[in-house]
Amino acid sequence: MVSGKRIFSDFKVFSRGYLRNKFGLFFGLIFPVILILIFGAIYSGGTTGTIQIYTQNYDSGALSTQYMDALNQTKTLQIITVDPSLNFTEYMSKNAVSNGMIIPANFTAEYSTAKPVNVTIYVNPSASTTGAVLSILDAVNDQFNLALFNGHTVLRISQLSVGSQNKNIDYLVPGLIGFAILVSPMFSLVNISSEYKKTKLFKQLSLTPLTKIEWLTSKIMWYIVLSAASFVLMVVVGIVLFHANITLTVWLIPFLILGPMLFASLGMLVGTVTKNPETAGVIGNIVTFPMMFLSGTFFPIAFMPDYLRSIAPVLPLFYVVEGLTNIMLYQNYLGAAIDIAVVGIITVIIFALAVKLFKWRED
Amino acid sequence: MLPIEVSSLKKHYGDLKAVDGISFTVKEGEVFGLLGPNGAGKTTTIEIMEGLRERDGGAVKVLGFDPWKNGYELHKRIGVIPQEFTFFEKTTPREAIIYYADLFNVKVNPDETLKEVLLEESANVNFDSLSGGQKQKTGLALSLVNSPDLLFLDEPTTGLDPNARRAIWEVIRGLKAKGKTIILTTHYLDEAQQLCDRVAIMDHGKIVAMGTSEEIIQQHGSGERLEIHGGEKLGDYIKANTELEVDYNKSREEIVIPLKKKIDALAALAAAEQSGMEWGEIQTRQDSLDDVFVKLVTGLGNEQATTAPENEVKQAKKKRRF
Repeated sequence: MVSGKRIFSDFKVFSRGYLRNKFGLFFGLIFPVILILIFGAIYSGGTTGTIQIYTQNYDSGALSTQYMDALNQTKTLQIITVDPSLNFTEYMSKNAVSNGMIIPANFTAEYSTAKPVNVTIYVNPSASTTGAVLSILDAVNDQFNLALFNGHTVLRISQLSVGSQNKNIDYLVPGLIGFAILVSPMFSLVNISSEYKKTKLFKQLSLTPLTKIEWLTSKIMWYIVLSAASFVLMVVVGIVLFHANITLTVWLIPFLILGPMLFASLGMLVGTVTKNPETAGVIGNIVTFPMMFLSGTFFPIAFMPDYLRSIAPVLPLFYVVEGLTNIMLYQNYLGAAIDIAVVGIITVIIFALAVKLFKWRED
Repeated sequence: MLPIEVSSLKKHYGDLKAVDGISFTVKEGEVFGLLGPNGAGKTTTIEIMEGLRERDGGAVKVLGFDPWKNGYELHKRIGVIPQEFTFFEKTTPREAIIYYADLFNVKVNPDETLKEVLLEESANVNFDSLSGGQKQKTGLALSLVNSPDLLFLDEPTTGLDPNARRAIWEVIRGLKAKGKTIILTTHYLDEAQQLCDRVAIMDHGKIVAMGTSEEIIQQHGSGERLEIHGGEKLGDYIKANTELEVDYNKSREEIVIPLKKKIDALAALAAAEQSGMEWGEIQTRQDSLDDVFVKLVTGLGNEQATTAPENEVKQAKKKRRF
């Protein structure tokens, strides 16, 4: 029988302990804000002027022109056309160009028939503008794809894109919220569950009426609170300092609940199936770091190489970040609903596995 | 119904027989000690009784419950300090008591519990800043929250300084006076002698002796003997001139004469005097629980049974001088 009183009591003791531990508090709450300050500063620095993007357009259709218009209208990117007869890579190195784009000949034809079109982007990974270029291209592409998906006209799409005028910081906010939702519950639970096993604290708790599920529930509750606090801080910093243009609706709530639940359970699972805290730490990192970088937290996954991009859909965080972006940037609630469903299913599975495999006592 | 009934209990880890068919019972209000070197099977036994480990064979009833199957019910009625008790780092003893009271759904006055375990002064110090003794006392306090009649204390004083150990003893004596049944494991023999009504000495998963300290000494000890400091020739002389059995300990230059009757000592001393040879210090001594322990517990190499690490209560050797 699950007892609310026991959950609340455990929640009280755990949260008090957490708040007394300055290190944990720093990583749980302050660190993501520092990240948003750093990335926000970098990205906003990069957008004070326009970023020139040299473009070879092999397409003669109307859509490629509209696509370039949409990019120009972001006011951040400026398209400079390059004669398609020139050798592009040679041209780029000769003119020290760091951003380039090639629109293929079949762009209009393929896009209008909903076939995949590959726009090739050249960026210098070390350039400070790269992140901005990628984010903006990603957003405009998203709008184009979304428009087709919803069956709107292309013109309508470019208006949408121009209307939303997303800045880099807008992409950063959902990404870093996803980061906060992942990191704190995940690392904490890996650590706690393996440490408690080692120091036999679980054994001790098993001698009280507290049950495993109550224990895990109270941890999840705490990380929901922490993630919510972190969310508020990041949104405030994003809006006040960087004038982020993001949508805040109740649609975000499922992610703020399911996300911490998912990653706390996943952390618990890692801590449970590993033998000692050292192994748990290593496995925890192996699970966490790819997710941290390949789910679109710091930069859009659309601009990762194909083989890396194909990994993203197996990473649970991908759906959290995608869902948050769908809501905060595009008001794409249908897409968000799908993300919620995916995250919900993964969460239930991981939670059930964690509770099942996690042992209070030994046999 | 006795609080604890264990019969033919078995537990193995792979090939290792951690507990090898032991049987014992504990009466209400009794303090029962499980003694033995590390690895003897004490903790496995106590954890099986607490319902933390599953047994491989035999029967165990604790307060009438099968501890493994009915652990959840049993735990509401027992108090436990596990070996190397630890708790949430940033929680104070007072908060810990309130937490446990909430979990057990009982009302306790934290101050009273803290007083009972002599921990009032550290009531509001975070657990990670407490001393070893204070941590153990916190464990004791938590084990008392649900007012159990039966307590399991697994090495409650290991690693503590003499004062802290004595303070814990005080608390345990207080609990005993309240009529609580207590199972205690320890490898400090003096602790067992100080606190336990009965002890069981375990070795390699078996109980090698059980009873009160006196009973164990009587059963397994060698009885009283006279020791005379002197040469081997003197020993031979005494042997030749009395009916007594005489041994000689070369390294200590000591003539050892087991005494069947106390008066035998007089005969031995008379013979020594008669011999005209020189002899020094004389004493009679009897095996202590220490001696018996060392004798009973095999393979005591690196896992030496420990008396108190300090020289407190050095009662191992009973010396009597003429």
